[in-house]
Amino acid sequence: MNRISTLLIGVMLAFSNSAIATTAAERSNLNLRPGASDISLEVYELHMLMFWICVVIGVIVFGVMFYSMVMHRKSAGAKAANFHENVKVEVLWTVIPFVILIAMAWPAAKTLIAMEDTSEAEVTILVTGSQWKWHYKYQDNPEVEFFSLLATQQEQIQNKFTKGENYLLEVDRPLVIPTGKKVRFLITSDDVIHSWWVPDFAIKKDAIPGFINESWTNVNEPGIYRGQCAELCGKDHGFMPIVVIAKGPAEYSAWLQEQESAARRANEEEQRLLAMNMSMEALMTQGKKVYDTACIACHQANGGGLPPMFPALKGSKIAIEKQNIPVHIDYIINGKNNMPAFGKQLSMSEIAAVVTYERNAWGNNTGDMVQAKDVNLVINGK
Amino acid sequence: MSTETLNDAHDSPDGHDAHHDHHIPKGILRWLFTTNHKDIGTLYLWFAFIMFLIGGAMAMVIRAELFQPGLQIVDPHFFNQMTTVHGLIMVFGAVMPAFTGLANWMIPMMIGAPDMALPRMNNWSFYILPFAFIILLSSLFMDGGGPAFGWTFYAPLSTQYSGDSTALFVFSVHIMGISSIMGAINVVVTILNMRAPGMTYMKMPLFVWTWLITAFLLIAVMPVLAGAVTMVLTDKFFGTSFFNAAGGGDPVMFQHIFWFFGHPEVYIMILPAFGIISAIVPTFSRKRLFGYASMVYATASIALLSFIVWAHHMFTTGMPVAAEMFFMFATMLISVPTGVKVFNWVATMWRGSLTFEVPMMFAIAFIVLFTIGGLSGLMLAITPADFQYHDTYFVVAHFHYVLVTGALFSIMAAVYYWLPKWTGKMFDITLGKWHFWCSLISVNVLFFPMHFVGLAGMPRRIPDYALQFADFNKWISIGGFAFGLSQLIFLALIIKACRKIGEPVSDQVWEGAEGLEWEVPSPAPYHTFSTPPLIK
Repeated sequence: MNRISTLLIGVMLAFSNSAIATTAAERSNLNLRPGASDISLEVYELHMLMFWICVVIGVIVFGVMFYSMVMHRKSAGAKAANFHENVKVEVLWTVIPFVILIAMAWPAAKTLIAMEDTSEAEVTILVTGSQWKWHYKYQDNPEVEFFSLLATQQEQIQNKFTKGENYLLEVDRPLVIPTGKKVRFLITSDDVIHSWWVPDFAIKKDAIPGFINESWTNVNEPGIYRGQCAELCGKDHGFMPIVVIAKGPAEYSAWLQEQESAARRANEEEQRLLAMNMSMEALMTQGKKVYDTACIACHQANGGGLPPMFPALKGSKIAIEKQNIPVHIDYIINGKNNMPAFGKQLSMSEIAAVVTYERNAWGNNTGDMVQAKDVNLVINGK
Repeated sequence: MSTETLNDAHDSPDGHDAHHDHHIPKGILRWLFTTNHKDIGTLYLWFAFIMFLIGGAMAMVIRAELFQPGLQIVDPHFFNQMTTVHGLIMVFGAVMPAFTGLANWMIPMMIGAPDMALPRMNNWSFYILPFAFIILLSSLFMDGGGPAFGWTFYAPLSTQYSGDSTALFVFSVHIMGISSIMGAINVVVTILNMRAPGMTYMKMPLFVWTWLITAFLLIAVMPVLAGAVTMVLTDKFFGTSFFNAAGGGDPVMFQHIFWFFGHPEVYIMILPAFGIISAIVPTFSRKRLFGYASMVYATASIALLSFIVWAHHMFTTGMPVAAEMFFMFATMLISVPTGVKVFNWVATMWRGSLTFEVPMMFAIAFIVLFTIGGLSGLMLAITPADFQYHDTYFVVAHFHYVLVTGALFSIMAAVYYWLPKWTGKMFDITLGKWHFWCSLISVNVLFFPMHFVGLAGMPRRIPDYALQFADFNKWISIGGFAFGLSQLIFLALIIKACRKIGEPVSDQVWEGAEGLEWEVPSPAPYHTFSTPPLIK
């Protein structure tokens, strides 16, 4: 049995060794990615250096131990020696690791200093996390700002539809940045702590309410880079991905101009909608669309919510009684308790539509219709 | 006397013992009112085992949900409750009480003391513990569910954005903390005052040394945890703003306070393990422990360093670069004394006369797998790389290697090592070997691939994941279920041992075992060392 034990422990080591060997291969589902910037490549190389140092230490230590387990078995006739200390050896194996540590610390410190130098950035983007979406604002083009939400359908998450290639790693509006320029991110939060992580840039920075953290990247190649929120931020922490598209400088400027004019057009459209009434049918259709992206995660598809953390809308006083319409609108704009504020994310007509939807869906058949101008009144405090 | 069982040991003909035990009730009341260190040790160990099974059941829920992409079994809010309560139960309900149980059983016997120094407090420190966990577990059935903010309960998720069950969470952590502090005081007072004549500090077994240092760590940091939960309580319910930026508070300060407790806590869960391994390896190598003095110094240095490395859990919070460097270097430094320990164990085995009984198998697995966890810890210390590793499954792999194949394997090794001394009978060796091999293989299928999915970009604490992580997660779940089932073998073995089934053992039990605990009869009588032994 002892022989078998020794053998099996040997097999176990071989298992971990072969696993280690595959790690070294540059397969992205096994290892860190070298990424898209010089810094991310430096981090990758640092990681590999550390990894191989650890492998060598492991092989030496375990090698000595396994040699001893095979050669110094009692069943093989080994008699125990009598030594139990040796100052020279003990000093040596205290000093040698110390030297190895210094060899590790030097390149690590160099990379760290480079990573934390956010000066002389050409583009600055304010990244704001909130439950459970990201908001991006281009500081140099203040008209351009938008929310970025998970685009994967609920049906895929609920296993009703086949899952797409970028399941849980796709958003409705990706962040766009230029290649070849130093882009600085200012990172903060509206509610709990989130963490903005894009592995290909080697950026992971906490978004903390009341604080503004800084980070930067300079992306070499155009492409689509995906990441996720990395700090537990509540129920849908697993469902707030990040997608960054890096475009060449010319394409980037074109995109930016397009965004600016789109923002202006949306503003004009909003003013125009204030003056007109939408039909019940149009409100309900748009309302369901808004509900399915913004509200469904907490209040659920059947309006039943997950009480008491996430109350039901079906049959709720706020969503049924006529005098509560302004309160209903106000909660959506400004949030309430655990509920985040949607005033910045949704347009007035979208809020009107979703309020109408919530007052007429799931048997809340109030017949109430809410228009963009009603929302405007609440915003203006009337 | 040597063949008497625990239950009838107090009918011993020895006049001194009989006098003490005259009024000891039988049955359930004996266990309720007991002040005997062996009884209380047994209670702690059983409690830890039950908590281990409950916390393990929660891990099974987690792994079942993560078996495939998509949401199948639980909703995300419940998933978060499972990860949170799993962590709390395993740390405060399984690992820590198990070590306290071992301390209760073994420390008096190892230093030649008749009992713990403060026996009534000993009883009390155990008996408040079940209430703490009843409160914590019952919060899962509240409206809105139990705590869902992770065992680290970062503010403001745990304050402005948590459910009402937070109050129960805070109260239960307070009770756990009081229990730990009382247990630690008892250990310190016992070791400092009750050593047998001639048992100088540098003659104490390493398990005693590591527990002494652990107890000081506990006394130092558990009040810090109590402060943190109290501030969470007042922030949530009484309108203070310790961690609320809008009220002039600081959410990052929470993390500083929490990890000032949390990092020494990590060593609280591993130092006693070092003591256990340092007892087992020499026994089955039939050779004295190599570098006893350096083991003591290494343990003390680890404990001291543990107070100046806390912020390596917070590299992504945006600290000044100078602070990041300080915490990086200080953290790397810990690998030196930890390395010394591993080298000493290997040197103890070197040119020994090795046999591989079940405790030794667990001890060897500990050395290899804990070292793997230690090496990934060294990688995590490197700040620029930590930006990539932080809050991914790489971290989950790291701390499960040090806590499951580290702390937990050492506890199992300890139980196998001392169980024959406790019951007087050899445990079922075949079952023990089955338990070892099933655990060893499944635990690596469970935790090793977590390194890969973490490096590939899977964040921790998510109930659903992108498709590229699907293959490994399936294997991780299979490993998890197998590891969970393997522990039922252990349960069967323990039940069998408690029913005193097996071959009687000698006082020494293991051929190479040395120390006072092996000089008392097997099973250890209800009272040992009523007259102190003389240490040469």
